[in-house]
Amino acid sequence: MVWKTLKRWYHQLGSPRYFYTFSSTVLPWLTPIALLTLVTGLVWGLAFAPADYQQGNSYRIIFIHVPASSGALMGYMALGVAGLVAVVWRMKMAEVMLKAIAPFGAALAAISLVTGALWGKPTWGTYWQWDARMTSMLILLFMYVGVIALQNVIRDPRQAARAAGLLAMVGVINVVIVKYSVEWVQTLHQGSTLKMFGESTIDPAMKYPLLISMLGLWLLYAANVLIRARSEVMWRERRSKWVGKLVREGNR
Amino acid sequence: MSAFRAALGRELLVLWRSPAEIINPLFFFVMVISLFPLAISPKPEVLVVVAPGVLWVAALLAVMLSLDGLFRRDQESGVLDLLLTSPVMAVVPVGAKLLGHWLLTGLPLVLISPVLAHMLQLPDAVLGTVMLSLLLGTPALTIIGAIGAALTVGLNRGGILLAVLVLPLYIPVLIFGAGAVSAAVEGGPVNGILAVLGALLALTISLGPLAVAAGLKISSGN
Amino acid sequence: MAFDSFADFLAMGRHGFYVWSAYGISALLIIASMVLAVRGQGRVRQTLARQQRREQQFSEVDDESGT
Repeated sequence: MVWKTLKRWYHQLGSPRYFYTFSSTVLPWLTPIALLTLVTGLVWGLAFAPADYQQGNSYRIIFIHVPASSGALMGYMALGVAGLVAVVWRMKMAEVMLKAIAPFGAALAAISLVTGALWGKPTWGTYWQWDARMTSMLILLFMYVGVIALQNVIRDPRQAARAAGLLAMVGVINVVIVKYSVEWVQTLHQGSTLKMFGESTIDPAMKYPLLISMLGLWLLYAANVLIRARSEVMWRERRSKWVGKLVREGNR
Repeated sequence: MSAFRAALGRELLVLWRSPAEIINPLFFFVMVISLFPLAISPKPEVLVVVAPGVLWVAALLAVMLSLDGLFRRDQESGVLDLLLTSPVMAVVPVGAKLLGHWLLTGLPLVLISPVLAHMLQLPDAVLGTVMLSLLLGTPALTIIGAIGAALTVGLNRGGILLAVLVLPLYIPVLIFGAGAVSAAVEGGPVNGILAVLGALLALTISLGPLAVAAGLKISSGN
Repeated sequence: MAFDSFADFLAMGRHGFYVWSAYGISALLIIASMVLAVRGQGRVRQTLARQQRREQQFSEVDDESGT
């Protein structure tokens, strides 16, 4: 039953026209909810959460640093999955997603690096340290840049998407190996403070704002992907009747 | 198997007839390495510290630059389309081509590396590790780079884009390759690191040619 | 509230520069990415609308010469 529903969604959302109407109904809700959640989490974290007994107030950077880092990582994983679907099954919507997911993910990787550096200065006394996580995030940013650059250079959009998809698949394998190989070269970064399962070492008064801002940023990422995917769908289907009708009516 | 041997023979013959493509990466390797003692310091105690990294970065760049035209000639002459539409799976000729390319561009780097390592003041006991690490590493570099070359084959600004695509993918090989040499210089255990390098090579040999063949298919538009 | 006054909040206990520049740069990048996404959608719409108008004009010219 569940499988059947999933399969139906997959086929329906695989149709560009269905995707367009679906996103038209979702987006007016998704964007405000995402912004509201993000702002709630950040205000809670910045103003109401208690100060850290070791780091004082500089730890409050965590409320944007961790959501951005996890978002950048998940975005690249999503690129890899979309790449697999685009290369193997040649599904059109996966190709659209390859183009829509990359830009915000690259922005999040850059945010993760900048906030990590600004957090590192008061905590470790240096902006940059070649430890496993910061180095992996830098490589991740490079690989986002590679995917975007490849798509910009190839003229045919379908070919560009499939080339980027193959690169993203190779990149996902690379991310995992880079993480372990840089860890092997010595690390000074503190251990992971938030775990989905098992005991987490973070105070609940800090954990909830962190989870809320993480949820907010992920939802905003989803909204961004939908907006970008809509314009890409519209451009690709510009010769179809339904897009012609939409443009004529001029409604959103 | 005969298809593999035929493709390998063809690749070796083509490269043999344009010796510049074999010699240029080698000269690049030697020249880049000879810049470092001039730029940093000719003092042996300084050079020993940077030598593993210098050797490996230079080898990595030499391999990458040699790949820029890997599939271009085949594409211009139409051989590539034949290769992709032939009844044999595309992986076979692609694998043969990569092997041929490595034999004539990667292997010479490995063979000349002890001389350069000696010039960078590395102790003689380390030279074996230098060669072994490059022997395991350069084929992986060739295969990974070929994925990028396959994706950029039809583009006229391929060179710099190839670097942007491929350099992030080279990082694990670089870390363990240079790490093995550094460990040997410090007198630590080397076998474990070389084993990881071997594992990376096994991974790229098993999956790489498939990715290269898929990339060529995408680039040729079928 | 973890702070006694608004000035306290801005100071972030000596770390104000790091915290606020981290959030400022993050906000800048996120907003820029959202704005670019929305503007891209507008540009596609404009281009398609312009194309449609041009095609309509051409078909009207065709009709007149046909009759």
